[in-house]
Amino acid sequence: MEFEKLVINKIKSKFENSIEDISNFRGDLSITISKDKIVELAKFLKEDEELHFETCIDVTAIDWATRKNRFTVVYHVYSYKNNFTLRLKANIDGEPPQIETVSNVWRSANWYERETYDMYGIIFVNHPDLRRMYMPEGFEYHPLRKDFPLLGIPGSLPLPDKVE
Amino acid sequence: MDIKKNIYSDEKLLKKLLEDKDIIIEDALENEMIINMGPQHPATHGVLRLVLRLDGETVLNVVPELGYLHRGYEKMAEEMTYIEYIPHTDRLDYTATMCNNVAYVLAVEKLLGIEAPKRAQYIRMMVSELSRIAAHMVAIGTYAMDVGAVTMVMWTFREREKIQNIFDRLAGARFTTSYTRIGGVASDADDVTLKMVREFLDQHNSALDEMDKLLLRNKIFIDRLEGVGVLPKQDAIELGVTGPNLRASGVEYDVRRAKPYLFYNEIDFNIPTQTEGDCLARYYQRGEEVRESVKILYQILDKMPQGEILANVPKHVLPRKEEIYTKMEELIYDFMLINYGINPPVGDVFFSVENPKGELGFYIVSNGNGHPWKLKIRSPSFCNLQALPIVCKGAMISDVIAIIGSLDPVMGEADK
Repeated sequence: MEFEKLVINKIKSKFENSIEDISNFRGDLSITISKDKIVELAKFLKEDEELHFETCIDVTAIDWATRKNRFTVVYHVYSYKNNFTLRLKANIDGEPPQIETVSNVWRSANWYERETYDMYGIIFVNHPDLRRMYMPEGFEYHPLRKDFPLLGIPGSLPLPDKVE
Repeated sequence: MDIKKNIYSDEKLLKKLLEDKDIIIEDALENEMIINMGPQHPATHGVLRLVLRLDGETVLNVVPELGYLHRGYEKMAEEMTYIEYIPHTDRLDYTATMCNNVAYVLAVEKLLGIEAPKRAQYIRMMVSELSRIAAHMVAIGTYAMDVGAVTMVMWTFREREKIQNIFDRLAGARFTTSYTRIGGVASDADDVTLKMVREFLDQHNSALDEMDKLLLRNKIFIDRLEGVGVLPKQDAIELGVTGPNLRASGVEYDVRRAKPYLFYNEIDFNIPTQTEGDCLARYYQRGEEVRESVKILYQILDKMPQGEILANVPKHVLPRKEEIYTKMEELIYDFMLINYGINPPVGDVFFSVENPKGELGFYIVSNGNGHPWKLKIRSPSFCNLQALPIVCKGAMISDVIAIIGSLDPVMGEADK
């Protein structure tokens, strides 16, 4: 709990104007920050002597379908030194939605961001290798978006031609 | 539809090959070679595809290609109730089905803010550890088989078979168990089952010793693996590697100790670590973890409390069958839960457990309805595979097989 306060205070003092929300639900601390500060915050969290969030364990996104900021990118970062998991969120909008990559700060984010790009079509700017993770190259849709039907879209994957 | 140009083709090389009609052997030796391995390769543990860039026999770079087993479980979760999704967690890491079941229901329980009774928690702990032994048995066996010790796989699968018989009695299925329920477990572990577990444990250590004798006094096995595929500690941390692979690189991190769930804080166990981080260290690591699991299981059996196996929270937990048939109230609750779901409060939680492969996490976003708005699986195999290019760089092509075996990915989980 003390460490939680320390994290909040440190981030508040450094990113006073960019923090949109701080919440704690079921013991998970979650900080929402404006999207253009995410790399700066990532660098700060990783390099700060006391906080030392040295690994990113997960990156994903939420599609809110009807909200103004349609997507929320969610990062989970972990500090081995302090044994603490922190959730970062950034709301983004636009088509295609874009956010700066954190894979230059946390190397593990590389694949997680690729997966998020594949599933939601979020462009991670400056990502070293932004390709699809699961779906084939040339697939036009992003399956985890809410407007993609569960059964798939007929014709989205090419079928073999009929032999005449 | 225009398929993007294959990014792996070396354009210079391709041009040369196309122009030159009389290629001689020297040309081949001077140039780097691209080799495709998998997805249908017996040593890739499923459908992992690797594209290797080779200089002679030395691996210069590896690009793993995933997605051949992608079934879209995260998408399907959004169309299902929380209860319906339990059987699908079996199909993630299919060597450790029970661990996945436990992880998922614990995540949902965290979201709901309820807790299962103590006996249910202890049974969950017991099946997790049994499942961990079974998964490590598969890992060790197939790993040894990949590098040439074929006998091992028979021995380890014999041990795994005994565990599956226990699961058969407990859950009614050997492989796809779907044993846990939100708020408890499906059926109580009776005395016969507990006795089966104890009998299994009593003979398991000597079986492990025999396996070690078979491999660790085997010069071929040691020479094949020692110093191969070293994963440095810092790289392991930065790349998000977890589980035995991380501990074999010398990081003492285990979710059971770092963030105790169930009743692991009441159990006395060590976290074995190695320092070398090579393929042999990862073999030792799994062996030692199995021995720790045996130790944990003995304690669980000794401490197993009596009591209920389902929490009494009618709004969220399904009532028991006999009560549904005899009582009006329970019938109504059952109807409501099945038709409208368990409706957790609005919010999002991340919960992770220590699986045999590493840290398995579920991130669930609820908007108050019966279906999850979003469910994300943080699967350990996926994250561990990210270290593969680092580990393989500079290794021989035949070592790639050993390295994949030692990292032990399960594609059902990596591809979701």
